[in-house]
Amino acid sequence: MVTTDVRSRAWNIAAQVLDPELPVVTIEDLGILRDVTEDDQRRVHVQITPTYSGCPAMETIRTDLVDVLSQAGYRQVCVEFVLAPAWTTDWMTEAGREKLAAYGVAPPGPRRNDGLVPLQLSVRCPQCGSLDTRESSRFGSTACKSLWVCRSCREPFDHFKSL
Amino acid sequence: MSHPLFDYVLGLADDALISAQRMGWWISRSPQLEEDVAMANIGLDQLGQARSLLAYAGQVEGSGRTEDDLAYFRDERDFRNVKLVERDQQDFGVAMARLLIFSAWQAELYAALARSADPTLAGVAGKAVKEVTYHLDHARHWVVRLGDGTDESHARMQAALDAEWPWMEELFDGSCVDIGLVADGVAVDPATLRDGVLTRVEAVVAEATLTLPATGADAVPTPGGATGRLGIHTEAMGYLLAEMQHLTRSHPEAAW
Repeated sequence: MVTTDVRSRAWNIAAQVLDPELPVVTIEDLGILRDVTEDDQRRVHVQITPTYSGCPAMETIRTDLVDVLSQAGYRQVCVEFVLAPAWTTDWMTEAGREKLAAYGVAPPGPRRNDGLVPLQLSVRCPQCGSLDTRESSRFGSTACKSLWVCRSCREPFDHFKSL
Repeated sequence: MSHPLFDYVLGLADDALISAQRMGWWISRSPQLEEDVAMANIGLDQLGQARSLLAYAGQVEGSGRTEDDLAYFRDERDFRNVKLVERDQQDFGVAMARLLIFSAWQAELYAALARSADPTLAGVAGKAVKEVTYHLDHARHWVVRLGDGTDESHARMQAALDAEWPWMEELFDGSCVDIGLVADGVAVDPATLRDGVLTRVEAVVAEATLTLPATGADAVPTPGGATGRLGIHTEAMGYLLAEMQHLTRSHPEAAW
């Protein structure tokens, strides 16, 4: 039987796990932690969803979830990957966006639903705050990011793409 | 024993897997560093789609084969990908012409498949369609830049488009897709994707000031016919698999 109290405890523990590639935001901040349930045998079931189909961080996140929940006293931890509904950057929390910006990664803008790549006229530079920036590559150091350069402070930076 | 859903899912999985392998060839060989990163990321998205589809194919088959078993321990005749994706693409124009055609097709396919009556296929497609939008946009940028560039880049982009064009027809061949799956709303009839794909590709070709190769009744058929889904591939396929599979076959069960 699932009780609200127990579930929220397991959720709170799972929610501490950090994204291994952006180790300032948690999987809850990113909106990839979808569901956490627990039964009275201290078995816990976690659902997470990948940002991109090929996201290589998922295995590490699974291992980290098993570790933190086992350490918290859960006897059996099952981590399930779910694909539907498909993850979107709109699920990222405000706290997560602020942490990303502070880390030097420009957070995503709003996405669009018409099957076109979002036209981002400008992305605010996370270093100096200037809007005078340009995209240097649609693809960046990980699947979820693009590369930008600030014309004001001349610094390159990552931008979390809208999806 | 034939299993229509297994065959269908495997075909789509192999298209994505083999394309990913070809994209990976460009890492360290692209014309600029940003392009290395782009090719790697596009390949990674395709590989992710392939993994989801291969895992599901194994589940549908029900004999315990994993995604790795299917990727690394099948031989050439058991691969079901179209021939478009398997051939060498060591010319950047060819790589972009192919990505334009393939991602336009994947965009139409996954958009339709996101409404599949099969919840797993709908889930994979609903996720993948967003990724493919970026791939198509990337191909569009390069085809336009090269097509509407210098005389030299225009001529080479046109030659690349002409070379890839005949291999597109196989994408619309439905002879290996079970009509029952289509009738049940599980699979997409490939023929229904033609208009949408051509509309997308034609718009880019026009923007790039290139000449559209013949379509419809005048189209050049896929060389050797639409045989990829039957497991009959081009000469390039065996070499590709040798490179892709040798490590796993030489060191089975290896892990890190």
